[in-house]
Amino acid sequence: MSTSTAATPSPASAGGGSGRALSRFFALHARSRLAALLTAPLAWVLVLYIGSLAMMVVAAFWSVDSFTGSVIRNFSLANFQTLFTETVYREVALRSLGIAVSVTLIDAALALPIALYASKITTSPRIRYAIVILTTMPLWAGYLVKAYAWRIMLDTNGVLDWALAPLGLHGPGLGLIATTLALSYLWLPYMILPVYAALDRLPNSVIDASADLGAGPGRTFRSVVVPIILPGIIAGSIFTFSLSLGDYIMVKIVGGTTQMFANIVYDNIGVAGNLPFAAAAATFPIIVVVGYLAAVRRTGALENL
Amino acid sequence: MRKQRLFGAVALAAALAMTVAGCGSSTPDTKTSGPQLPNLPMATEVGQGEGTLNLVAWAGYAEDGSTDKNVDWVTPFTEASGCEVNVKIGNTSDEMVTLMKSGQYDGVSASGDATLRLIYGGTVAPVNTDLVPNYATVAEFLKNRPWNSVEGQMYGIPHGWGANVLMYNPDVVTTAPTSWSAVFDANSPYKGKITAYDSPIYIADAALYLMKTQPDLGITDPYALDDKQFQAAVDLLKTQKTLLSNYWAAYTDEVSSFEQGSSVLGTAWQINANLINADGKVKVESVLPTEGATGWSDTWMIAAGAKHPNCMYKWMDWIVSAKVNAQVAEWFGEAPAQTKSCDVTSDKNFCTTYHALDSAYANQIYYWTTPMSACLDGRDVACKDYAAWTQAWTGIKG
Amino acid sequence: MYLGRFPRIALAFAVLAGLAFIYIPLGVVIINSFNASKVFSWPPTRFTTRWWSAALDNEGVRAALLTSVKAGLGATLIALLLGTALSFALVRYDFFGRSTVNFLVVLPISLPGIVTGIALNTSFTTLLQPFGINLGLFTVVLGHATFCIVVVFNNVSARLRRMGTSLEEASSDLGASMFQTFFHVTLPQLRSAIVAGALLAFALSFDEIVVTTFTSGPGVQTLPQWIFNNLFRPNQGPIVNAVAALLLIVFVLPVWLAERMSGSESRGTAGRL
Repeated sequence: MSTSTAATPSPASAGGGSGRALSRFFALHARSRLAALLTAPLAWVLVLYIGSLAMMVVAAFWSVDSFTGSVIRNFSLANFQTLFTETVYREVALRSLGIAVSVTLIDAALALPIALYASKITTSPRIRYAIVILTTMPLWAGYLVKAYAWRIMLDTNGVLDWALAPLGLHGPGLGLIATTLALSYLWLPYMILPVYAALDRLPNSVIDASADLGAGPGRTFRSVVVPIILPGIIAGSIFTFSLSLGDYIMVKIVGGTTQMFANIVYDNIGVAGNLPFAAAAATFPIIVVVGYLAAVRRTGALENL
Repeated sequence: MRKQRLFGAVALAAALAMTVAGCGSSTPDTKTSGPQLPNLPMATEVGQGEGTLNLVAWAGYAEDGSTDKNVDWVTPFTEASGCEVNVKIGNTSDEMVTLMKSGQYDGVSASGDATLRLIYGGTVAPVNTDLVPNYATVAEFLKNRPWNSVEGQMYGIPHGWGANVLMYNPDVVTTAPTSWSAVFDANSPYKGKITAYDSPIYIADAALYLMKTQPDLGITDPYALDDKQFQAAVDLLKTQKTLLSNYWAAYTDEVSSFEQGSSVLGTAWQINANLINADGKVKVESVLPTEGATGWSDTWMIAAGAKHPNCMYKWMDWIVSAKVNAQVAEWFGEAPAQTKSCDVTSDKNFCTTYHALDSAYANQIYYWTTPMSACLDGRDVACKDYAAWTQAWTGIKG
Repeated sequence: MYLGRFPRIALAFAVLAGLAFIYIPLGVVIINSFNASKVFSWPPTRFTTRWWSAALDNEGVRAALLTSVKAGLGATLIALLLGTALSFALVRYDFFGRSTVNFLVVLPISLPGIVTGIALNTSFTTLLQPFGINLGLFTVVLGHATFCIVVVFNNVSARLRRMGTSLEEASSDLGASMFQTFFHVTLPQLRSAIVAGALLAFALSFDEIVVTTFTSGPGVQTLPQWIFNNLFRPNQGPIVNAVAALLLIVFVLPVWLAERMSGSESRGTAGRL
């Protein structure tokens, strides 16, 4: 923003003298402007949010009195030791990672055809508009409603069983597959949106150029389109990956006896009241997500969120 | 640029300050060997209602007509006392302890595996039973018991007691089960359709089964388990997991899974069976197996520092009044604590069916109790404490 | 993009299949809201509208709806103010730590809700309770605002980047003060991005359950919390279906509006070049 002062004070500036003075001050001092803009949001994010996270991580090094449940604030690595040595935590962590990755892949596979068709293939703006609206509307349906819908569909003698019965088959029932399916369903709009936006921004001329150079549609897609829209795909994957990793409600509704890592966190805080252990367990998703974000930062995906 | 750097440093310092503030406040370390009884004041009189009451309760204990229009003893209470009641349903004792520790509730209907934790944790205050007139006619065998009193001081008002029953769908489970082996047998014909209670306290059910079927393990109290006994119970539960369709924590989970047909057999509360039968989609029966059962004896307790103590004392008197205690007991399917309730139950044989006045029967149930490292059966070995039970439970669920 | 006829049709089928995947579960919910059986036997044999009238009458639903709207409005307001300020700071200026701040701002929405919930719960109970501020609507708004900021931030930043500063410079060359420029030149250009961000933030807050669970108190129940507590309760379950179907239908308009406002810029130019 240019720091040139107003050329000639026009007569219209007679009113609001102090406003003018303030405006002039800010116009000349870029850094004060920046400070004024930054203070409140930064305070919010840094102090409230990061500070809270820091407090939680500190609590991970404490423990609780097993009888009274009071927190004992003595530094100890016992929680982390338990997390690393007991096999169940490793198993559940790997299972959760596996689910998160599967959901991301499934969603990417589902989102690409839809986004591609809407942005590049169809020539009717009305169809394009309709597809975009139709795919984003479910965001409003609500998480729990969709979870419940899947419960109805996948439960024993539910909709899927009823639909497959004439074929003599039955659905997968509640469990791991059900959880993966339901989670893919939930986060699909979050993947479609950035991918569509990225495809939308891709100039048609690039695709035409690739065709002119002799590449067929498949080759064009693989070598030209995908690398360019990769930040968009990654932006979508941030949501699908971390939302799946941190989910504990869906698996309780459609997961049968399965548990995910976030259930361990939830059971320890909401049920057992063992904040230190829950906090220690929570550091796993934090590290994974922060690591993933840091890794994809360079691809520019964060701007596509 | 220096201003920004300075600003950044200040912000970071603020974040750190918050952390230190969180560290530095309140509770000093309590690294004493045995639990110490906090010294908390007891109310001396009940004044005017404060207008609100926040309760943590088991499902079915504080009905306000939303489950069934005709089942409501909260609205009459509000009319009589002026206290608006907000009920938070706790699915397990653990949840209830955690909720009470948040300090936002005035009272709780605690089972024996929560009561002592609440008492020694300073979360609940002693109860002045003189302020609860209906307490006088509560069954004597429920007064001054190890789970609701310490050194002769009562910490709550008994609500009712009952056993965890074995519920089954007779259309699928055609031969009525008589033993808990129905849910533990690795070769069960109902594999994949059995359900179990989702709480570490369920380990006691496995221990009870082993107590009767493997006496050489030497279990005398299902809540007092040494390493070997505990491991046997955990192994049994890991085997059981392969038979399960799901674990139920909220009573509605079990109700809906039986109604949907995904479960046909499992441990239950009588109210679950009553609700399923009332809905009429499937029919269920419940039975108390030959090995006996775990159960619960619930006590209404008042929070230490409760914001609405008068309303809570009024509630405690209300809930053990003859008519209301009868209503609760019949709705839930448990034995009422109030002896006079037996005269006003709508089913004249209710108290006989539930052995409400039979102290000998009542003493046979293995009530939920918090396991401690000092063995509850008095043995001189190290028993598994509740923290070990909780961690083992995560491992069992896998 | 040129595609042969067959791939084109195949892709169209894939789109239809995808849309079916998206809408079948929602259809199930809507059909179920008319299912006369209290326990959702499928397929429904009898239909009734009684759940709909029960839902509209239900005191709990209305109270929860009001709470959710209040929380949503509060969170959106805070998010608008802070998110817009933050976008200006990050897009228009370059300073030490800018990319770090960008990274940090994204965290509340990318970290799992349970982590955010526990962290906020810990700090609220440790720091606010001693001052008598208990968990309640206020803390719910604080929690929601934290992840709503980034939604507004993204929308406004994207628009700011495309906007450029030439109009604003022209305005100040003509003698307008900073505030006049902001209100008469900048804001109108940003308006649709702000509205889109606000709508999205409201939607996010309205639907949120996890962070809300950890930041609310005894008397506070948002609509998702009400749904969660009543989802499986025998008598309330059918009403939940009706509530869900109602939400789906009622909020079509804002979604359409949001897309209209944010998409109108990109839809025109990008496909053509």
